[in-house]
Amino acid sequence: MTTVINVPPSLDDRTFETILQQLAPLAPDEKVLLDARHARWASPYGLTAMLVLAQTRAERPAFYAPEAEDTASYWARAQFFRYAEGLFEMHGSVPRARAATESDVLLEITPVSKSEDVHEVVGRIQSKAQAILAKELNLDPRATMGFAMTLSEACQNIVEHAGRGGWVAVQTYRWQKRLGRRVVQIAVCDAGVGFRQSLESAQGRRGGERWDDAMALEDAVIRSVSRFRDAGRGQGLAGIRRYVGRWEGKLSIRSGTARIAIVPSWDEDVPLEEQLPPFPGAQVLITIPERSTPR
Amino acid sequence: MINHIDLGTVLRKTVCDLYSDLVTRPTGAAVRTGIEQQLAEAKDRTLTVIDFTHVGLLDFSCADEIVAKLLVSYCEPSGDRPGSGRVAPPRDCYFLFKGVSDSHLDAIDAVLQRRGLALVAKGDDERLLLIGTVDDRERRAWEAVTRLGRAVPADIAMEVGVEEPQAESLLATLSRRRLIMRFDEGYVAVGAGP
Repeated sequence: MTTVINVPPSLDDRTFETILQQLAPLAPDEKVLLDARHARWASPYGLTAMLVLAQTRAERPAFYAPEAEDTASYWARAQFFRYAEGLFEMHGSVPRARAATESDVLLEITPVSKSEDVHEVVGRIQSKAQAILAKELNLDPRATMGFAMTLSEACQNIVEHAGRGGWVAVQTYRWQKRLGRRVVQIAVCDAGVGFRQSLESAQGRRGGERWDDAMALEDAVIRSVSRFRDAGRGQGLAGIRRYVGRWEGKLSIRSGTARIAIVPSWDEDVPLEEQLPPFPGAQVLITIPERSTPR
Repeated sequence: MINHIDLGTVLRKTVCDLYSDLVTRPTGAAVRTGIEQQLAEAKDRTLTVIDFTHVGLLDFSCADEIVAKLLVSYCEPSGDRPGSGRVAPPRDCYFLFKGVSDSHLDAIDAVLQRRGLALVAKGDDERLLLIGTVDDRERRAWEAVTRLGRAVPADIAMEVGVEEPQAESLLATLSRRRLIMRFDEGYVAVGAGP
């Protein structure tokens, strides 16, 4: 029996939770079909998280592509179908993959599993980021290098900790309802071991101590704890936090059944969510908003 | 003896001849190994200029692998004391960092602060800069040595406003941290020359 999982019309980090809620009661080897026929839009988080979802299923899932031509075409330009075809049984009309030409796709979906992938991602992002961050988002030109550093560190979390490959995508778009401004978003998602298991591997926690996904996220993100004993470890997330703070951005990381967020004044998110539907690995979302006046 | 190490060249030789960005820990570890191989050839006291001019991006992980771990290997942080069990530096090496951009500086300063380290960099205007973790008196003493060109404890006592034994202790600390070099009875700032 195949269970149909409905993909919401607008798919982002928040609405992706409805997919996970539908999946929660199912066994990992149960066949599922992700029905995206009525999807109209997806953020980089939504697209990369769907690929990760496919990686987590024991039985190869099926996928129904969006019916709206412009939506399917956009997902193709973001290279979603290129990788989805290797992970899902595809149904519906799947446009042929084309190179991303739209200026709002800063980095199409790119697999990350090793150090060389990070070099490639960083190399590809820099020239585009320079133009878009400064001209369209009114960010200080100094923000560009920090942006690439942030991207590099976020991708390295996969290489260093996940234990299996993941995906990264970067895109700018207008957040009309939530912010009324343009934003650039970095999504880095993997189906690896997640923060709790990664930290467990080196910490030898005492029995009876409270220890869960939320605590692991707090340790890693707030206290810069790493599974490595080396004092220099744990700087990647600390650097991302500093960058996000400097440019009034938002950092959100979901792992297992919890999600932690560094919430800027323009957002109403909660800093920590627990008891979410389980989802393996780690899903990182970094949002940098347009500055209202050039700086 | 003065060594000049172009990090862009080391990166291309040790990792990939297409790269210009110093990102990821494996890349940083490979570049540091390349630097250490060059340093191993030195016999006596050396000043090594680490040149970032041809480096694009430097991320935190790579800065930690290259800059911080190099300093940890070759310098004795201020907290270390004789008898602490710490292995002595393999060579009498001093480092001067040049071609450091603002974005490089962000990463370097962060990793130095994290490990309680400091280094001397030469700015585009040839001025020497002290970067990282130093307390106020250490900074004033270093600035005085840099300004004077060559200094003895009595000079620093006067400049910083401390007793001579304290000045001597400050200079010894800065010397251990490889931020100034001792020549006979006097000290000069790294990068200022004897």
